[in-house]
Amino acid sequence: MVAARSSNQHRSQRTPALGLRLLLLAGLSILILVIDHRENHLDAVRRAIGATVYPLRVVVDAPVAMWHWMQESSESRNDLRLENSRLNAERLLTHARLQRYSALEAENARLRAMLEARNRVTEEVRVAGIMSVSANPFRHVLVIDKGQSDGVYDGQAMVDSNGVVGQVIETGLFSAQAVLISDPDHALPVEINRNGLRTIAVGTGEFDRLDLPFLPNNADVSKGDLLVTSGLGGAFPAGYPVAVIDSVTRIPQEPFAAVSARPAASLNQVREIMLIWSVAVDDNKAEAEK
Amino acid sequence: MTTGRASRRLPVIICIVAAMMLAIAPMPEWASPFRPDWVALTLIYWSMLLPRTFSVGTAWIVGIVLDVAQGTLLGQHAIALCFLVYVTVKFHLQFRVFPASQMMATVFAMLAFYQFILFWVNGVAGVTTNAVTYWGPVITGTLIWPLLTLFFGGVGYRARHGS
Repeated sequence: MVAARSSNQHRSQRTPALGLRLLLLAGLSILILVIDHRENHLDAVRRAIGATVYPLRVVVDAPVAMWHWMQESSESRNDLRLENSRLNAERLLTHARLQRYSALEAENARLRAMLEARNRVTEEVRVAGIMSVSANPFRHVLVIDKGQSDGVYDGQAMVDSNGVVGQVIETGLFSAQAVLISDPDHALPVEINRNGLRTIAVGTGEFDRLDLPFLPNNADVSKGDLLVTSGLGGAFPAGYPVAVIDSVTRIPQEPFAAVSARPAASLNQVREIMLIWSVAVDDNKAEAEK
Repeated sequence: MTTGRASRRLPVIICIVAAMMLAIAPMPEWASPFRPDWVALTLIYWSMLLPRTFSVGTAWIVGIVLDVAQGTLLGQHAIALCFLVYVTVKFHLQFRVFPASQMMATVFAMLAFYQFILFWVNGVAGVTTNAVTYWGPVITGTLIWPLLTLFFGGVGYRARHGS
């Protein structure tokens, strides 16, 4: 009885305070939402809280990481030998291709020098793992295990061995979030490798489809064309494969053709990705250094 | 007094951290639209049981951390959880005596309200998502509620009787 009365008293004392607190906190939330949405002043706050969330991510990721480690360490000798020989063969092939590539690169540099083109971009690539942590439920986002401490920056491009995967949108201290090219809010400047026709590839929210909504009906595009990054927009270095066109529907009364493409990278199966650091090199300076 | 309150708080904080981990745990692609709102469910339960210890302030802090963990707009889950916990604390005496079926209906309504706030903020901020995906967590959350109350009941009993 006494307890009930005291709880009633507390309630009558606290009820107005509760409403007030709700109003204050809701107001604060809206303020933060607006600031966070309009500009990125809150990155430092995010990073600070993100550092406390990082242990949670590690713990959540641990069972899957452990499972992979166990799978790897319990593989039979035979399997390992097979894999080793496969990798060796692959390495030989890539090396052979690379030799040709370095010759091409030299030729390209020579031609560029002749054209007096100013800037060349060299790229540094580093491998990052994907943490088995699911992020933002409203977007196609994944978490990688490299962050600010490894030099990752917002807007950095991410590829896998087959093509472009996405770009970093939020850098924490030890981990970062990256948006995939299939995210409905992501658009990527591309060009058709065959004829250099430039357009934009927009994510659809499906892992295996990109839309190209801005190609006119008479555009020279056909099924099987390879799309590569055009380097316009600045986020992605030029020349990485993005997707292969898998359907072109021309509707005469519409201004644009309905074109869709299948991403070259398997976006929902990647476990490791490569981060690209683009370093703009002034050719004249490079020449001077030589 | 302090030790008593601390011992009562600790199990709940562990529950909230566990809920947060479940919220970011990996799930197969087909199942992820049906991930229950673990954090929302946990906060409903504990703010109903201990409305003086866990109220809108707790909800706000948990919401901000959840926003950072999931990379959503900062403040989105915070505001949604605040409103959710406000309703719970306001009516906690009624909710405590509800029969299970009525409570499930209430949880359904509250989760729908919660998802609506998330949907609303997304809409204002221009994050495009399929509106159907907001219903998955509401349904699974309601279905999992009875199990969760059983589990949390055990946790609460242990916390009270210090076993």
